[in-house]
Formats: sequence, C-alpha cells, structure tokens
Amino acid sequence: MCADIVLELPNDLRAIERAVDYLLARCSEAGFDCERVALKLRVGVTEALSNAMLYGNARDPRKRVLVEAKVEAESVIVRVTDEGRGFDPNSLPDPTLPCNLSRPGGRGIFLIRTLMDRVEFNERGNSITMVLHREPSGAEAQSWAR
Amino acid sequence: MSFIVNKENDVTIIDVEGQLIVGNRQELKEKVLQELENGGRKFLIDFARTGYIDSSGLGVLVSLSKKIREQGGELRLANLNEDLRTLFELTKLDTLFQISKSRDEALASF
Repeated sequence: MCADIVLELPNDLRAIERAVDYLLARCSEAGFDCERVALKLRVGVTEALSNAMLYGNARDPRKRVLVEAKVEAESVIVRVTDEGRGFDPNSLPDPTLPCNLSRPGGRGIFLIRTLMDRVEFNERGNSITMVLHREPSGAEAQSWAR
Repeated sequence: MSFIVNKENDVTIIDVEGQLIVGNRQELKEKVLQELENGGRKFLIDFARTGYIDSSGLGVLVSLSKKIREQGGELRLANLNEDLRTLFELTKLDTLFQISKSRDEALASF
C-alpha cells in the first residue's frame, strides 16, 4: 500500500479518538457515505489501535503505533502496526459462542472481522490491514433492502 | 466523558455521557462496585447520551453484570442508539442483557 495518510501515534490511549476522527473526516471529504462508514471505520480503527497499544506494545509509553491509510475511489485501506512480537490471529476463540459470552474480553478482533470488508495480518502478527469498500457488498445491500 | 450516578427509589441509575471506551471503563467499574458495596442491588445504565462503546466497554458491562448477579442484584441497560444496538447484536450480548427502549421501561422492569 502506498499510503497517503501516515500517523505515528504515541502509545497513549488518549490518542485514539483524534486519530479516528481524522480518518473519518478524510473519508467524508472523499465523499464516502458517512452514515455507513462511521460505525464500521470507527470500530475497526479503534479496536486495532487499542489492541496495538494494550497488547502489542504492552502499554509501554516508549513505543509507537504506526497508522497508514489510503482513501481510494472505491475503498479505504487502513494499516495499524505496533512494535510488539505479534500474535496468532487464528488462535482467538469465537466470543459469540454461549460458553464465551460471559467472558469480558476477546471481542475486538471479532468486531473488526465482522464489520470490515477485508482483514489481513502480516506473518509476524503485529500489523493489521483493514479494507472497507465505499459501497455495501452484495449480501449487505440485500440485507439493507429487506 | 463522565458517569452521573443518581438514585430513584432503590434503583441506582448511571448515565453514560460521551463514550464508554478503554480509557474510562475503569471509572464506570469503580462507581458501580462502590454502589454495590454500599448495598445497591438494582442498577440501570442509561445510554441515552452515549455515542460509542468499544469492545473494552462491552467487556466491563459483562464483568459488572456478573458481579452484580453474584450479589443477588440485577442490571438493566436502556436507550441504546441504533449503532450501539448493532454492536450488542453482532456480539450476541443482546442475549446476555435485559435491554429496554427507555428509562421508564427499564425502571418498570425491576
């Protein structure tokens, strides 16, 4: 991805809201449907940044989180990279199973995967790339039409 | 962002203003646990003025629900906007909580 937005954030949870608001504003300027994009992008980027700061960088204030984004004609692509050792994204339990519903954690990556159109991790597991299309997918459009 | 605690009869009502996110979830947890320690057993969290809840916020609600039930109490949620309701439905937490459309409906359900 050749990013046209690059943000290097301190490992500080207070930086999340401003970064998300900035990306949403850029999508709005590019003519994205704010109502459709707002929840999905806010959830995706907020959860990715929280994970990067809390787990990837283990709350270490000396570390940074890199946000790279590209707003294209048909989609917005956001990559979030931390300085941690990474994790195996396939090892996470399904938080919607009855046996996991009462667990306080484990919903962040699930929400990202559910709401974004495409999600990829690098091999190390310290970088997540999320793609959200401008228009709803066929299945989503049908569900809206119902 | 703040949490405003009020009492109506024997129900402790917490209004969440702004967002319930990783940065302030601990504050909500402490306020509710303090009321639980003081003998409160009926809790209503009102999201009428809440714009967003992240997964950490959802997690703290799950955790509080469990602690309140362990003490023989009850937790109700009210006034979720469309986006917030979507998050509860996607995570199936709408099956874990009793969610009311309005504050009055929630109060009447105790």
